[in-house]
Amino acid sequence: MNKIEAKNVDVYYGAKQALFDINMDIEANKVTALIGPSGCGKSTFLRCLNRMNDVIDICKVSGVVKINDYDINQKDTDVVRLREKVGMIFQKPNPFPKTIYENISYGPEIHGVAQSKSEMDNIVEESLRKAALWEEVKDRIHEPGTGLSGGQQQRLCIARTISIKPEVILMDEPCSALDPIATAQIEELIDELRKEHTIIIVTHSMSQAARVSQNTGFFHLGKLIEVGSTDKIFKNPTQQQTQDYITGRFG
Amino acid sequence: MNKEERLIKRYKAEKRFQFYGKAAIFMALLFLVVFITKIFSTGYTAFQKTWLVIPVNYNADLLYLDPDKKPTTEDINDADFYEFGIETFITLDPDASEDQIMELKKMFAFTFERELKYYLLDNPDSFGKTVDVKLTASDDLDQVFKGNYPRDIPENRRRASDYQLKIFDKLNEDGRVISEFNASFFTNADSREAELAGIASSFMGSLFSILVCLSIAFPVALLAAVYLEEFAPKNRFTDFIEVNINNLAAVPSIVFGLLGLGVLLAVFGLPRSTPLVGGITLSLMTLPTIIIAARASLKAVPPSIREAALAMGASKMQTTMHHTVPLALPGTLSGTIIGLAQALGETAPLILIGMVAFVNTIPGTPMDPAASLPVQIYIWAESAERGFVEKVSACIMVLLFFLIFMNLGAQLIRHKFEKKWN
Repeated sequence: MNKIEAKNVDVYYGAKQALFDINMDIEANKVTALIGPSGCGKSTFLRCLNRMNDVIDICKVSGVVKINDYDINQKDTDVVRLREKVGMIFQKPNPFPKTIYENISYGPEIHGVAQSKSEMDNIVEESLRKAALWEEVKDRIHEPGTGLSGGQQQRLCIARTISIKPEVILMDEPCSALDPIATAQIEELIDELRKEHTIIIVTHSMSQAARVSQNTGFFHLGKLIEVGSTDKIFKNPTQQQTQDYITGRFG
Repeated sequence: MNKEERLIKRYKAEKRFQFYGKAAIFMALLFLVVFITKIFSTGYTAFQKTWLVIPVNYNADLLYLDPDKKPTTEDINDADFYEFGIETFITLDPDASEDQIMELKKMFAFTFERELKYYLLDNPDSFGKTVDVKLTASDDLDQVFKGNYPRDIPENRRRASDYQLKIFDKLNEDGRVISEFNASFFTNADSREAELAGIASSFMGSLFSILVCLSIAFPVALLAAVYLEEFAPKNRFTDFIEVNINNLAAVPSIVFGLLGLGVLLAVFGLPRSTPLVGGITLSLMTLPTIIIAARASLKAVPPSIREAALAMGASKMQTTMHHTVPLALPGTLSGTIIGLAQALGETAPLILIGMVAFVNTIPGTPMDPAASLPVQIYIWAESAERGFVEKVSACIMVLLFFLIFMNLGAQLIRHKFEKKWN
């Protein structure tokens, strides 16, 4: 089943076209990796999926992006409800400068998920457990989240995102600021999260794409060159450009 | 030039640069020390007040009261203490001529009537007895006692006559001249007599002006900054507004004074000489300072925090109110304090809206006429009496302490917020 269907997506930054006619289907409860050299538009495409490009004044998006068969690019789409369903993890861990507890309770609070203090406590604990962070921070959840290590901060951001149970989680190079051990922890976590969420991850590391994803899309110069199962893309790509990129001849 | 020589030259250049830096800091500190020393050495005597303690006979006949009956408060209030005072002063020199009696009277502040009356009201048992009463010395004798007034110049160029000095020295020998903390400097309003003049009116005037200024400028500036920085589309119109806010910050303060005069007083008919009008005028001046500081602190909030909140499904408004503004608040507050400190020291616009008037009452609300501390300095600095010289310095000290106190408050608030948010 396709969770997300993108049809004829074009993105412009002012006069410059960043994405050309992207057509891509993303399967539910799988990890889809977007790979490609820097500036190829993979992050731009990712940001089309929760309309984060709205934040950039000069950015114009056209085409259809359907999530659960609903076109999110309509004028009257409620981006607040969209982003409740489609969470996002950023390249650099960006916890709020508040306590660990407040970082996680923020989402449930603004969306009115928890009815009582104890319910909120449960959500916080559950989210931290799912993000494999609970054991490390359970004694200091009322201390600032910014005091954690980089890897812990990124897992805190993941816990924050899953606290409101989004159907889709977008990850924009979530491990690029982390050391190999923290990266391994996050990758393990991604595999775990796949059971309940559809995950799309932008990554620069091809080995990471090969390790965590089931499907892979290869972008180059704003175009989607090839998309398919990770196995096929890495072992038997149909396009010459894909072949050149994954064997390290450019990019 | 070989490599070794070039390296030596580089180190020398660095040493020279450090020396220039240290010299610059030394210069700045020197200016500060000279300034502070001058102010304190001139001003500290203003916190001392000279009193003459003289024997007073609360004789019933002198007061035209019934000697057999204890006088009521009303009786005392109705009694004539002017003649009584003169009679009392004559006891200092029973052989005084008519002219000398007037000179004796001038040794005391004109409040002697009130002081004699209140002593009796506070100590009704003194009725019919001779007691020592503390009376405020005139500013001339006050200055003589403090050593600010040379005695060796010819009598006709001196405000204290030889006769007055003779009586004064005799009192001093008897230990009847005392110097005490000058509480009235803080509790009295302005006066034409230097020995009685105080800063209560101008201090309250400044305080009210600053409060009015803060309560108008801060919310308006914060809203403007948040809207411009977070919500407004970036186009020519907002660029135009930005340029004009910067222009507003560069407008000379006296222009705002004219605006206050022309609009607030003439068009809206608000009461002249009041902290209300002063505060509104100052708020116009402070507004751009706060807007610029607030916008700079909003810009300094990392975009990743906004993205994090937006990606959690927070609306633009929630993102701004829950995350961006609280993070920008410490910077905004210190900008506000800087703006208020400028406003506190501002004189020109207040002169134009009439806060330069002689006000001898202490304002209870922002709607009452008042002076302000810098204007008070200006008024006193213009006065001829010797006694006002030290008052000017003392008033500057109070203004400086006010500013230091405000900055400390700002630092505390900043510190508290930063602790909470980082």
